[in-house]
Amino acid sequence: MAKVPVQFTLNGSEKAEFVESSTTLLHALRDKIGDTSPKGGCHQGTCGACSVIIDGELRLSCLTLAETCGGADIRTTAGLAESGVLHPLQRAFLDAFATQCGFCTPGMIMAAKVLLDRTPNPSREDVVEALSGNICRCTGYEPIIQAVLAAARANSQNAA
Amino acid sequence: MQLRKDYFADVRKDGLHEIGQGRPRLDSPGHVTGKTAYFADRNFPGMLHLKMVRSPHHHARIRSIDTSEAEKHPGVVRVLTAKDVPHNVYTILILIQIGPEDETVLADGKVRWKGEAVVAVLAETERAAQEAAAKVKVDYEVLPAVFDMEEALKPGAPLVNEYHGQNYYLYDSGECRKVRFGDVEAGFAQADHILEQSYQSSPIEHAPTETTGCVVAPEGNDRFTCYTNTQAMFFTLDNTSIILQMPGSKLHFVGGTVGGGFGGKVDVIVEPIAILAAKLTGRPVCFIYSREEEMQISSPRAAEKVIIKDGVMENGRIVARKVTGYTDAGAYSRHSPYGAQKGAAHYPGPYTIPNVWIDTYCVYTNRTPSSAMRGFGVTIGDFALEVQMDKLARLIGMDPLEFRFVNAYRDGDMKAHRQPTEGAALIECMQEASRVANWPVAEKYMAMSSYRKGA
Ligand code: FES
Ligand code: FES
Repeated sequence: MAKVPVQFTLNGSEKAEFVESSTTLLHALRDKIGDTSPKGGCHQGTCGACSVIIDGELRLSCLTLAETCGGADIRTTAGLAESGVLHPLQRAFLDAFATQCGFCTPGMIMAAKVLLDRTPNPSREDVVEALSGNICRCTGYEPIIQAVLAAARANSQNAA
Repeated sequence: MQLRKDYFADVRKDGLHEIGQGRPRLDSPGHVTGKTAYFADRNFPGMLHLKMVRSPHHHARIRSIDTSEAEKHPGVVRVLTAKDVPHNVYTILILIQIGPEDETVLADGKVRWKGEAVVAVLAETERAAQEAAAKVKVDYEVLPAVFDMEEALKPGAPLVNEYHGQNYYLYDSGECRKVRFGDVEAGFAQADHILEQSYQSSPIEHAPTETTGCVVAPEGNDRFTCYTNTQAMFFTLDNTSIILQMPGSKLHFVGGTVGGGFGGKVDVIVEPIAILAAKLTGRPVCFIYSREEEMQISSPRAAEKVIIKDGVMENGRIVARKVTGYTDAGAYSRHSPYGAQKGAAHYPGPYTIPNVWIDTYCVYTNRTPSSAMRGFGVTIGDFALEVQMDKLARLIGMDPLEFRFVNAYRDGDMKAHRQPTEGAALIECMQEASRVANWPVAEKYMAMSSYRKGA
């Protein structure tokens, strides 16, 4: 099958790949580029485990064709910690026991990041709404909601 | 919730330093940074993808299988059928002598449930494997199927599994697991009231976020590394060794990282065929369930039916209990004979009842094979028992919590399956629950103890 070149930045560094027109961004990231932080839980847009941030928007990488990502700024959970220092959301997920099997975690963190980037002081309802496209089978969601609220508090304290 | 150290203070070392403390989980840093390596995060150059051709029928004889078109499909490397599997008929619990072997890795002559694996297709890409799988032609002769446990036990019902010869698991105790304690009929004769109720459940899917699968890499020396999300590493190692007729020393399993299991990943289903494929092709192989397969193919919790008949006195004492339990194994045993057996031991509940009669059946039907899931064998039983307890309390006009105090087992009581009760803390738990839930009970119950001393 004919391949097309695609170039984008992933967590700030430039990537170039040849992909087939049917290659999903999830497949390109995981199997070609080697960033396995987005997970495939359903490959049909229902679980949110594959969530990434494309140009500031939350996207399901299993439903995004890689060839449509030319020039995009793509962010994944693997690129969130800076120089080994955890992002406040990562810290909060640790402290609030918001991970069990961890399979949903990278997608959850992406969804939470997009929320906090736009709404630094979200209400509980805002958090629930923002995470509503991400399924967690293990935790029962409450620790995750608490983690996101705690990260928001930590951010606003740092800002003050 | 506070930690009450006063209970059992004299029988317990007060070394509970961890309870009530938050301790960081060792795996969380990997989870939050996306570094935790799940099996599907392993990628090897030249890796092949395995897709199964599955039975569209609940019960059918296989007249013929034609793989010629599939083999010609671009990208296809190999197609496997039953004759490629060295020891094709197995059962997981044979390791602890719970036989007979009753399940095929790839169907041989017959399919017994809709979704059963028939042919494995290996191709360069997932897409090619899927397209080729659609080209495999299987000629089926559809047979009558049975989906209801009571129907399956009737004479003349279609025989689901020839390896058993009848539609129930034959225990050493006969057609069911039996518990006989006291004289249940005498107990009913003396009871003030009798209540017989029937409870039923449907299969339940575990729905882990990560689907079942494995990645296998040949090491080049006839040894194979299998990255898997099994919850039962040693079951998998030993059963794979039996199925492939390979010594365990040739099999290197890497696992422990499971994206949600809940009991749904204790069956040995994907690893043997994926390792065989790697052996026969000399290539790395990846076999991952699609979400659809996870929901439709992986074993659910068994459907159960529980019939409970209790004899109870006006003063709240249960004097007789008779239980008939049915566990729907589906077409194959997997862990269900064990689940049904656990139910037999469990049905009296945490209560002391002098006369008990229990029969639990493990029944075969043409449904998806069921297996382990969180407390399987007892969870549905507990639902039935505790609903029954509430109904009994209502029947005699007693508070449901007080009713449980009257019947609670205490240290030294003989349980129906002949294990004396030890370390029972039921009364103390209920006392604490009564306080925390603000559900007061009479003072005499708050003064009770699980200890028999002076009682
Ligand atoms: S894998 Fe993309 S939503 Fe589930
Ligand atoms: S922690 Fe397992 S799915 Fe969320």
